[in-house]
Amino acid sequence: MNLVPYLVALSAVVLIFVACRLREPAPKFLLPFATAVIFVCGWQIAADASMYPLMKDGVLVRMVEVFPTPWSTVTGMQQPIRDGTLLRYTIASVYRVAVGFAIAAGIGIPLGLWAGWNLRGFQALNPLVQALRPISPIAWIPIAILWFGVKDSAAIFLIALASFFPIVTGAMTAVRSMPVVYVHSAQNFGLSGIELFRRVVFPACLPQIITSCRLALGIAWMVIVAAEMIAVDSGLGYLVMDARNGNYYDRVVGAMISIGIIGIGLDALMRRLELLDEVRWGFPKHRSEVDETSAQGRLDLERARGGRSA
Amino acid sequence: MKPNRPGREVAASTKISVRGLNKVFHRKHDELQVLSDVDLDVRTGEFVCLLGPSGCGKSTFLNIVGGFEVPTSGTVEVDGARVSGPDKKRVFVFQEYGIFPWATAWDNVALGLHDRPKAEQERITRHYVELVGLNGFETSFPHELSGGMRQRVALARALAVSPDIVLMDEPLGALDSLTRLQMRAELLRLWRSERMTILFVTHDVDESIQLADRIVVMTARPGRIAEIVTVPMEHPRDVGSAEYGRIKNRLYDLLGVNHAV
Repeated sequence: MNLVPYLVALSAVVLIFVACRLREPAPKFLLPFATAVIFVCGWQIAADASMYPLMKDGVLVRMVEVFPTPWSTVTGMQQPIRDGTLLRYTIASVYRVAVGFAIAAGIGIPLGLWAGWNLRGFQALNPLVQALRPISPIAWIPIAILWFGVKDSAAIFLIALASFFPIVTGAMTAVRSMPVVYVHSAQNFGLSGIELFRRVVFPACLPQIITSCRLALGIAWMVIVAAEMIAVDSGLGYLVMDARNGNYYDRVVGAMISIGIIGIGLDALMRRLELLDEVRWGFPKHRSEVDETSAQGRLDLERARGGRSA
Repeated sequence: MKPNRPGREVAASTKISVRGLNKVFHRKHDELQVLSDVDLDVRTGEFVCLLGPSGCGKSTFLNIVGGFEVPTSGTVEVDGARVSGPDKKRVFVFQEYGIFPWATAWDNVALGLHDRPKAEQERITRHYVELVGLNGFETSFPHELSGGMRQRVALARALAVSPDIVLMDEPLGALDSLTRLQMRAELLRLWRSERMTILFVTHDVDESIQLADRIVVMTARPGRIAEIVTVPMEHPRDVGSAEYGRIKNRLYDLLGVNHAV
C-alpha cells in the first residue's frame, strides 16, 4: 500500500489547521493550494484502490489502472497539448459560446427591457418565456440536430437558447423592479422617449443585467459541453466523448479539468464588468471584499459572524 | 437680493393655488381618503412647510402639485394654469435615491440641461456645482459621497433648471442631525439667492420653524389643514427666543402632542 498520498494529505490538513489559528491572515494562495492538495491526494487514493492485479498462471503480471491517477492524467494530456488538439478544441468551444451568447444578449437585453417597460409586452411575453425556460437546453439537442445538422450552428443555437432565458428574464425583472423615483426624476427634468431609456432605464438596470449575463454564461458553458458531445466533432465536450470511445480515461479527466479551468476564466471576465464605474453602485461591498488585514476589516468580519462584538 | 424678512413688500402674487383638493386611494377592499378639502395659496417666493405626522397625506399633496398624481377632485393651479403633469418649472427634491447612482455628480447636476447647447450646459453646471460647494467632487459617483454631499447634488440638479417652484419631500430626513442643521442654513442661502417658491414637507417641528415663512399644519387620515401658522421672525432665527418657543408650543398643541416630556 502506498502511504505517500495519506502523508501528503495529512500535512495539508495540518497546514490548514495552523493557518486558521494564526492571528495574521495566511498568504492568499496557501489555503486554495492546500485544499487542492487534499483533493488530489484523495483522487490518488481512490485510483489506487480501484486498481486490480492482472494475474497469469498465479503470478502477478502488473496492476491494471481502471480509474486514471493524477499523474497518468497529466501524461495522458501531453499528446493533445503537444499536437495542438487541446488548443484547437478550446478555441472551438469558446467561439461557439461567444457567438451563441452574443446572439442571446443582442436579442434578450432589448426584448427584456421593452417587455419590462411595457405592461402589455410583459403580459404577452412573460408566460411564454417562463414556460420555455424550465426546458433543459439538452432536451433541445435532437431538434437542434434536426434543424441545423451536426454542425457548429446546432451548438450555437443551443447556447443562444440556453443563455437567452436568464438574460431576458433578468432584463425584464430589472426594469419592473426599478425604483419609481428614477422615472419620476427623469420625467421631472424633461427626459422622455429614447433619452429616458438611454440615460435612465438602461443604466438603472445594468447591474442586474450584468448579473443575469454572468449566470447565463455559466449555463452556456455547461451546455456547450453537452452539445458538443452529440452535435459536433470538435471542442472540449467532443474531446470528452471521443476519449471515452477510445477508452482513454486519462484524457476524459484531463478534458474535464480543462473545462473547469476555462469556466473559471470566463466567469472572471464577466466579474470584471461589475467593476465598471457605471455599475459599481449596484454591487454593494460584499463580505468577501472586506480587507482582513486591517483592524477594521477584522472587526467587520467578526460582527458579520455575529460573534464577539467589540 | 431678496429682502430676508417676512411680510416683504413684493406684490404678493399667488404662485400656487389649491382649491377643494381631495384624494382617495382605491385599495383592494376599501377606499382610503388621503386628502380632504385642502385649500391653500402660496405666494411667489414664499417658503412654505407642510408639517404633520406620517400618513397625513403631505407627500401625496406634494406629488399632486408636482404633477405626478392626479387629484380625485379639486384643482391645483400654478400661475393660473392647471397642473397636468411634471414640468421643469416645478422640480422635486427627493429624500433618497432621487439622484442617479450611475452618473457622476457633474452629470447628475447637468441632467435637466440636456436640451441646451453644450457650452451653456457646461457654464450652468459649473455655476451650480460651485454654488452648493461640490467643487472637487465633480467626477465622484453618489456612492462615494456622504449623505450631505448627495443632497447637495440633488439641490444643485434642481436649481440648475432655474425652477419657479422647488418641491421638497423630507429632503434632509436621511441626514444626521448636525449635517441637517448645516443644510438648513445652506438651503435658506440658496432660497434667497435663487428667489424661488419652496414647498417643503417635513415632520420635524424645529425644521419647519427654522425654515418657513408659513407652516401648514396637517392632521392625519384624512389629511386636512388644521391651521396655517405664520412665523414672523427674521433669519437667522434664534431657537432660544420667546417667540420661537411660543410658535413651537403652538405647533405641538396643533399636532396633539405634549411639549413637556
